[in-house]
Amino acid sequence: MTGDRSRLTMILLMAPLLIWLTALIFIPHAEMFLVSMREKVGVRQYEFGFANYATFFNEPLYWNTFVRTALMSVAATALTLVIGFPVAYYIAKMTRGRSKTILFLLCLIPFWVSELVRTYGWMILLRESGLFSGLLQYVGLASQPIEFLYNDAAIMVGLVYTSMLFMVVPLVTTLDSLDDSMIEAGYDLGGTGVSIWREIVIPHAMPGIVSGCIVVFMLSLGNYLTPILLGGKDSLWFTGLIYTQFITRFNWEQGAAFGFLLLALSSFIVWAGLKLSGQTLSRTMGR
Amino acid sequence: MAEATADLECRGINKDFGTFRAVNDVSFAVPPGTFFSILGPSGCGKTTLLRMAAGFLEPTSGDLLIKGRSMLNVPPNKRPVSMVFQHLALFPMMDVAANIGFGLRRRGEPREDIARKVDAVLARVGLPDVGSRRIEQLSGGQKQRIAIARCMVLEPDVLLLDEPLGALDLKLREHMKVELKQLQSEFNTTFVYITHDQSEALVMSDQIAVMNHGVFEQVGGARELYYDPKTAFVAGFVGDSNRFSGTIESIRGGKLKARTPSGFAMTGTSAADGLSKGDSVDIFVRPEAVRLALSKPPVSKLANATAGTVDSILFNGANSRVLVRDEATKNEIDVAIPQTGEFAGLKRGDKVYIGWDADQTRCFAAGKS
Amino acid sequence: MKKFTLAASLFAGAIVLALPAKAETLRLLTWGGYAPDNVIELFEKETGHKVEVTLSNNEEMIAKLRATGGGGFDLAQPSQDRIAGAQAEFDIYKPIDLSKIDASLFIDSMLESTKANTTLDGAVYGVPHVWGTDGLVLNTAQAGMVKDYIDLCSDAVAGKVSYRLKRPTLIAFAFSMDMDPFAAYGDQAKYEEILSKVEAKLVECKKNVKTYWGGGDEITNLLRSGEVIAAMAWDTGGWKLNAENPDITFVAPSSGALGWVDTFALPKRGRADEAAYAWINFVMRPDIAAMITAAAGNFTASKGGDAGVDEALKARYQASFPPEAIENINWYPPVPAGLETLEGAVLDRVNAAN
Repeated sequence: MTGDRSRLTMILLMAPLLIWLTALIFIPHAEMFLVSMREKVGVRQYEFGFANYATFFNEPLYWNTFVRTALMSVAATALTLVIGFPVAYYIAKMTRGRSKTILFLLCLIPFWVSELVRTYGWMILLRESGLFSGLLQYVGLASQPIEFLYNDAAIMVGLVYTSMLFMVVPLVTTLDSLDDSMIEAGYDLGGTGVSIWREIVIPHAMPGIVSGCIVVFMLSLGNYLTPILLGGKDSLWFTGLIYTQFITRFNWEQGAAFGFLLLALSSFIVWAGLKLSGQTLSRTMGR
Repeated sequence: MAEATADLECRGINKDFGTFRAVNDVSFAVPPGTFFSILGPSGCGKTTLLRMAAGFLEPTSGDLLIKGRSMLNVPPNKRPVSMVFQHLALFPMMDVAANIGFGLRRRGEPREDIARKVDAVLARVGLPDVGSRRIEQLSGGQKQRIAIARCMVLEPDVLLLDEPLGALDLKLREHMKVELKQLQSEFNTTFVYITHDQSEALVMSDQIAVMNHGVFEQVGGARELYYDPKTAFVAGFVGDSNRFSGTIESIRGGKLKARTPSGFAMTGTSAADGLSKGDSVDIFVRPEAVRLALSKPPVSKLANATAGTVDSILFNGANSRVLVRDEATKNEIDVAIPQTGEFAGLKRGDKVYIGWDADQTRCFAAGKS
Repeated sequence: MKKFTLAASLFAGAIVLALPAKAETLRLLTWGGYAPDNVIELFEKETGHKVEVTLSNNEEMIAKLRATGGGGFDLAQPSQDRIAGAQAEFDIYKPIDLSKIDASLFIDSMLESTKANTTLDGAVYGVPHVWGTDGLVLNTAQAGMVKDYIDLCSDAVAGKVSYRLKRPTLIAFAFSMDMDPFAAYGDQAKYEEILSKVEAKLVECKKNVKTYWGGGDEITNLLRSGEVIAAMAWDTGGWKLNAENPDITFVAPSSGALGWVDTFALPKRGRADEAAYAWINFVMRPDIAAMITAAAGNFTASKGGDAGVDEALKARYQASFPPEAIENINWYPPVPAGLETLEGAVLDRVNAAN
């Protein structure tokens, strides 16, 4: 009797999770997969097949955009890490109390406005008639307006800015847990700044680095607004292709196939990253 | 001035944090091979002093020498000292051998030399087979020994220890006291050990410096500090004492008579020069110096004799004590129970007679600490 | 007699009383400016219906309605050329009951042509609302030499050009290269041939382009700041900028502006048809149509709707469209189903070209 009751309790407790998993994750993906396996043969006529996936492999544009998106996302992740690590180290180790809170808040403030507004902010700064161009002309470093917008560098700036918080937070958390005396012990035993970073600080922060990188990589790969708004006429992004297929081409079948390829790509790169860094998903995400 | 070969020497070291002077004009020398302890309550400046020796802090003024060489402006990674941290600071991201080899790798020693030295030092600390273990697989005592091995493999001139036993449980702490002392004589290296636990300092040290409010109150051997404290602070901090206050009524030679506020005339010995009639004094009497008797005669010949009732009995095996409410001073006096069996039946409310000698009644000018 | 009047007034009173009970919420899927707040307020006061507006564009309208099988909205406003194809493909609209439309409010020729363009299997799916054109928006002081779309590729405006990477651009360049893409709509081989020529031209022209614009605000900002001096864009954007800077204005290209008509269409699973018809008949009233023209910048298919329009806007319109330019407008015919796939491939290749 009690066994039955506790099982009922268990089922009730699990119900929200199960409903969430089924309704919001499993069913849409299954449906999307079925859509991606439909070949359009005529008006309102479809057949089962791999044609949409074949299109991807036969059309260099899709391929190139896919690889380009992956490489740029990896680069954005690396850049975010390189910029975010010293910031996180400073917040975690060099500041105390109030100033720590304030610095943390400064990292957070950009996220109080929508991504669209943030991106427009960058457009105001970077455009030919914008602030940077004007400033350079004012101090005499440029003789005519310079266009910083509409290229891959602008995308990179936007992606790094958008992702920074998601890198800094896990890094601060892991670095916070690094006992200062570890670093002192490193010095005491004859270590130099470089060797201590390499052998003590970075290995200790590895779970934070990996989880930050996974999140930033996913965000960059799946970003739509930033590449579209800041990118130029050659700056293709894979999510843009998916949007185009779904919305302007009315080709849901192709869009769904692209979506699954993107899912496969991101899963593969995350897996490869974990293997390379010798971390496991449970260790980095379980913290 | 100590001989030039002292392993660690401080000359007039001061350290200020803003307007607060944490270390005030401290000078001492630690001869080679000594187990030197700095004992003091928390906040007394002992950690600051140790961190200056390690190089994490620079003195505001004064000089600090290791093997006769000034260490001012020498960074920690260039000093011939190693430090065992309070929480040991073993690197959890490396295995035991990598931890111990860390310093050797920094020196760029060949790989096979490092392996050989790591094995040797592990054998010396009695843990020959743990090289490939992860830090979290070690017990508390093993970690302690690995932390020492990690320092000793570098053959430092001085090993600094920052209360490394503090985090251990009581039983292990008792055990490690003995072991640390053995390790020190095994390596024959100078240990500078800071602690707030007087029993750690007394058991292990050759020399103890008692530190309070940034100054050294007294430097000496364990016995000297215990039996011949030079200041009221040392008398109160090292070992247990019954403490009275009083005013000097007469003084001749080393002997003096002081009257307690309750009117009891205490005969004692002046522990410092410069006391004169009318001075207020603090009077210290060790519990084991107090004679306990069930009748008057055994104590009546002592310089200070009185009687009281048993307030409570603190049974602790060989270290059992009795708290006696004294009639004369109205104080509660802590008395060691002699292990003769005579007092086995002592109970609360019993009338007892107590007394102590003038030699073991040490008087210091009051007001300091 | 008296009795009869009483009965009649009672009957009328009953109808008035019954009206609020029949009040519906009209979920309108439309473009920016087509349902200004003052119009909604008047409509709600007059009919008792509520209006909820969702702003969108042609492609998103179709995508949204497709996702729900024609549900979620009660009235949509796609362009007339995008109705028949989408209906054939996705079955997202229901036919319009023309008896509930007050045809006298519409300019006859526009109503008839829109009905013809949106007819599928004998049923009519759209009636006209707002019309306008795609053409050139130029800074005439700097880019006065641009007369046609193809001039956007000339060196004189290199690096200061913008257009969309969408199907209107393909159509526009085809016309300006002396081809007639509309005539080739039914002939796939011919159409592909036209597209391949346009593709070559657009790839060649790519070096001239500063960026491909996406939204109306974006191109307005680019022109206003002077970063772009010649663009293919909507007429209203040009007229709006003209009010701020007389140098910038809309110019009808020599090969003809591209004329579009946005319509009213009923989503298949719309629930508030009464309110939808009421809204159509309401906004087509000349006084209301003038308010919409003021908000959207474009003229409507309302008979007499231009009478109440601001004189300045009229003047700009007349400056951009001398009578022969109006004659020259190329009106979008309905897009056959599946044509977008061909165009999409071309646009992709242009986008990828270096």
